[in-house]
Formats: sequence, C-alpha cells, structure tokens
Amino acid sequence: MSTLVFLEHNGSTITKGSLGVLGKAASVDPDTAGVLVGSGVAGLADQAGKYGAAKVFVIDDASLEAPLPQPRVDAIAGLVQAQGFDNVLFAASVLASDIAGGLSSRLGAGLNWDLGDITNDGGELVGRRSALGDTVLVDVGWTATPRLALFRAGSFDPSESGAAGAVENASADVQDFSQGAKLTAQDQEESSGPSIEEADILVTGGRGVGSPEAFSELEDLAKALGGAVASTRAVVDSGWYPYATQIGQTGKVVSPKLYIGAGVSGAIQHKVGMQSSQTIVSINKDGNAPIFEFSDFGVVGDLHEVVPKLTELVKERKG
Amino acid sequence: MKIAVCVKEVPDSGPARKIDPGSKRIDRSGERTLNPFDLNAVEAALKIREAAGDGEVVLISMGQPKALESIRKALAMGADRAVLVSDDAAAGSDLVATSAVLAKAIEKEGAELVIFGQQASDGDGAVMWAAVADRLKMPVISQISELEVSGGNVKAKRQTEFGYDTIEAAVPAVLSVSDAVNEPRFASLKGIMGAKKKPQDVVSLADVGVDAGEAGEAGSKTTVLNLAPPPSRGETVKVEDDGSGAQKVLEFLMERKYV
Ligand SMILES: Cc1cc2nc3c(=O)[nH]c(=O)nc-3n(C[C@H](O)[C@H](O)[C@H](O)COP(=O)(O)OP(=O)(O)OC[C@H]3O[C@@H](n4cnc5c(N)ncnc54)[C@H](O)[C@@H]3O)c2cc1C
Ligand SMILES: Nc1ncnc2c1ncn2[C@@H]1O[C@H](COP(=O)(O)O)[C@@H](O)[C@H]1O
Repeated sequence: MSTLVFLEHNGSTITKGSLGVLGKAASVDPDTAGVLVGSGVAGLADQAGKYGAAKVFVIDDASLEAPLPQPRVDAIAGLVQAQGFDNVLFAASVLASDIAGGLSSRLGAGLNWDLGDITNDGGELVGRRSALGDTVLVDVGWTATPRLALFRAGSFDPSESGAAGAVENASADVQDFSQGAKLTAQDQEESSGPSIEEADILVTGGRGVGSPEAFSELEDLAKALGGAVASTRAVVDSGWYPYATQIGQTGKVVSPKLYIGAGVSGAIQHKVGMQSSQTIVSINKDGNAPIFEFSDFGVVGDLHEVVPKLTELVKERKG
Repeated sequence: MKIAVCVKEVPDSGPARKIDPGSKRIDRSGERTLNPFDLNAVEAALKIREAAGDGEVVLISMGQPKALESIRKALAMGADRAVLVSDDAAAGSDLVATSAVLAKAIEKEGAELVIFGQQASDGDGAVMWAAVADRLKMPVISQISELEVSGGNVKAKRQTEFGYDTIEAAVPAVLSVSDAVNEPRFASLKGIMGAKKKPQDVVSLADVGVDAGEAGEAGSKTTVLNLAPPPSRGETVKVEDDGSGAQKVLEFLMERKYV
C-alpha cells in the first residue's frame, strides 16, 4: 500500500491540519509521501519530512501560484497515476475539499469525507466518521483504489517524528479549463480587538440574531457575564460582525469555559470550532436545531426575549 | 442565459434524521424537504435571470420520484422547470455515481451557468460541485458569499481558512453559493398555485445517457461498513421558554458557578 497526503500551505507554512493527517497516515501506512503544490514551495519540503513523510513530492509551477483547486487536480491526478498511489488523503479545508471532489471525478475514485479516524484492517482502509449532525458513527470503506479521504478539521495534532524525508520534483500538466477561474484579490484578514480565543465566556450570535443592530443584546449579556461576543460564518459573511469573531472550520477554534449560542443552528463546520467548550448553553426557537444535540442546557425560545432578560437577571445577581 | 440549479430532497432537519440499519442508507421514510441550502442557489439564479431580463432557470435533481413534491418549492419561488433523474438503478449512488448522473443531465440541458448550494444537509459533503465541474470541464468557484454576474462574466468573493478570495471566471462556469449570499424569497400564493403546472420531467438514467453500471451501488466506489451510536456527551436539559427560560438559564449558570 502507498499513501499520498496533500500538504496545504499558506504563505511559508504548511497547515497544522495537513501535517496532522500526514502523521496519522504514516502510522497507518509506512509508505506515506506528501505532496506540495504551488509556486516557490520547494523550501517547505523539509518541514513535511519532519512530520512523517518518507518522501515529499514538490510540484512547483508558476501556474500553481494561486490557491485554486482545478490546477491542483491536474497536478495531483498526474502524480497519482504516475506513482500508483493507493490512497490520497486530505485535511478538510475549502481548497482541499474542492481538490478532492475534482479528483474523485478525474480518477473515478471513491471519496469519504468528514472522517475523524482511519485504520488499516489488513490492507483495507476503514474510515470512521460521524454523520447526520453527529447522531450516528459510521465505519466507511472503499470498493476500489485509489481511495480518497477528507478528514474533519482538527482531527489529528501534528507530531514531529525526526528524520527529514527525500524530496522529489514532479511536473504538472495543467489543462485549459483548469485555468478558467482566476484569483484577482486576496485579503488576509488581520484580527483586531479582543481575541475570542482568550475569553473564558463566549456569547455567540448566529443568523437568528436577525440584524447587526441586535448584536447589542449579546454584547450586553457578554459584558454582564465578563465575556466576549463571537459569531458564525453566516453572520460574518452577511457583514453583521467581524471575521475575527468567527468560530468554526474557516474561523477560530475556541475552548471557553462557557459557550452560549443564541440563534446558532449548530452546523458541523461551526461545531468543530467550539465542541471542546466546557459547558454549552443554547437558545434557539427551533426545538430540532442540531445545536441541542450537543448542548448541556438548551432553551427553545426567542433569543430576543431570553437574552435581554438573562442579562438583567445576571446583573441583578451580581449586584 | 440558461442556468441549471442542482437541488436535492433531504430528510427534514433535526433528530428525526436517521440511518436505516438494514440498508445502511439514510432513512427516507420520514418528512422530506428541499435541502435548505439549495434555496440560496435558486435565489441566486432567479436574481441573475431577472437582472438579465431573459434566460431560463432549470432545476436538476437526482432522487426518488416523490422528490418532485419538495422540488416544487423551488418552482414556486420562480424557477422555470425541473428535470428529476429517478431510476431504481440509481439508488445508493455515492459522489462518483451522483456526479456522473448530474453532469450528464446538465450537459443535456446545455446550461451555461450551473449553481449549487453550499452543502447537502444530510450528507454535509460540500464537494459535489467540484466533482461535477471536473466532468463538465468548466471552471468552478465555491462557497461564494458575494456574487456578481454580468456580460458572461462571474465575479465572486468567498471565505477560506485564511481570509477572503476574489475569484473571476467567464461562463460557462460552475458555482456554489453560501447561505449568506442572499435571502431566499418566499413563494407567493400565485407562485405556489403555478408551480404544479410548470414542466417537471422525471427521466431515467438511459434518458440522460448514463449506463446503469455507472450509477447506483454498481457505479459507487465507497461503502458503509458499520453503524454505531456516537459516544454520549451527557445529558441535555432542554426547556421551552414560557417566560421563565432566562431564569432557568441563570439557575443553571449559578449551579455551574459561572455567575
Ligand atoms: C466549507 C465550509 C466551511 C464553513 N465554515 C464555517 C465556520 O468556520 N463557522 C461557521 O459558523 N460556519 C461555517 N460554515 C457554515 C455552516 O455550515 C452554517 O451554514 C453556519 O454555521 C450557519 O450559521 P448560523 O447558525 O448562524 O445560521 P443558521 O444555520 O441559519 O441558523 C440560525 C438559527 O437561528 C434560529 N433562530 C432564528 N430566529 C431566532 C430567534 N428569534 N430566537 C432564537 N433562535 C432563532 C433558527 O432556528 C436557526 O437554527 C461553513 C460551511 C462550509 C460548507
Ligand atoms: N442528488 C442530488 N441531486 C441534485 N443536486 C444535488 C444532489 N446531491 C447534491 N446536490 C447538490 O450539491 C450540493 C452539495 O452537496 P454535497 O456535496 O452532497 O454536500 C447541494 O447543495 C446540491 O446543490
């Protein structure tokens, strides 16, 4: 068996998520290589070797500069076909998911996603994922090779194993249609203001808050409790609250002592950023909202009623 | 411009969703609805058609025949017609098989723009567009939170793990839109009344030119081996707010010494 792990990079660092998957892959299959795809990325290969890659393939080309999926599908498909990899593994991200989806069609390969773990069962890989809003654990397999897998954000921590692996250059045959989408601007958001990662108490507002103005209700509660306000992607993408406050896969990972969610549905991509909170309280008017599945205490009700009242009660209590 | 919107019927939200232990597939016997995320895709398509002043919005779906009931919701919003690929041989299709079927159905329509929702609420894959785009050999832009389409050009903004990207492409193109890209309209009474009469074709795999071996379990490359309940996380106390909800939260917070 041989395994290839996609090593995603941002600037001059390989993401923690992909190094974590690399380490896991190496523990399941000693014949594990990593692949770096981009422009001017050769210098990152050493980092990968230290985290478990017996070999690192570098596909360095000017056409691979922008972090877009389709040229990477061309590059990785070529490598998988030339080297005969049995498995291609990814740490889930916006980019990696799009590459994995494209590769699935290109190679006619099965893709299992949202995996939290993987085992080698006598040469057959078995993936483990939770599904349906984490109400069921599912063991999944593949009926043919190559096998493709996406691991849920934060599944494995990277661990340094020591020796740096060999580095080998490979080339990419980038197709015309793969260059049709062009990256014309990229804003790396700087976080400013108090960091939600430091707060012991987070009052998180979701789209159910209804408007940017109504976030003042949450700010009042956060102030009374001595905490900070956080948000979801739906809120941030709507321009209601700053990106720096977003929890989740494409936001921050937090583990406060107390998380209070108001008008948050509890989507998986949000949950991966807050599931290790010590105590989870949620207020949602939909009694079927997935967030109740992983809350310690839930109120089925209108947050505009419950939150201001709670603020007053907390203030009274604190005197 | 002809716009195809891929929509899927899913089990209604919440704990009602479950997997059938026998077939190891999602239990489709309960309440069904249109994938809520696909409403944003429908809305995006309607806006583009309205801004252009002409064009057609075609819904493309693969599912059971009765999925038409859910799909009518998008017709009621204003989509022009629907094509539902429904075939016994398509049951149990995974990503490889489903993307093959959707791509063929879209190709047959000759759509210039193909729009997806951000994820299916039952599978949470968020990968279908990438698989379909590769088959159609069209550029793809995913997770779009701001979208402008004019003169055959697409300009999109989307969030990643590192910030925001602006990506542009010329049509034909495949897009997936986030749930923050727009506010899906409610269907008017007239829309609801008219939806039933709009063209809705239920077609077979053969009709769209897919071999039975490419779809369903035969065409799939992944399999479900085993099901188990997740590790329990402890009890959730859930109360209905009858005016005392805030008081009950306070008591809980005091018990845990947060206040
Ligand atoms: C690749 C990818 C990455 C993503 N990354 C992230 C991420 O980093 N972070 C993130 O948060 N999401 C992320 N998402 C999006 C995620 O899937 C959800 O779409 C998002 O979390 C939903 O946000 P929400 O809970 O605010 O909104 P919704 O899902 O719309 O939920 C709003 C909730 O508010 C409730 N509500 C409405 N009105 C009231 C009221 N008056 N009182 C009480 N309750 C009310 C509703 O019942 C509903 O449950 C990602 C998705 C993808 C595909
Ligand atoms: N069976 C299907 N029929 C039509 N569209 C689908 C189907 N499955 C998924 N889609 C589309 O693909 C998007 C993403 O789905 P997924 O990758 O399964 O999470 C959905 O929002 C739909 O737009």
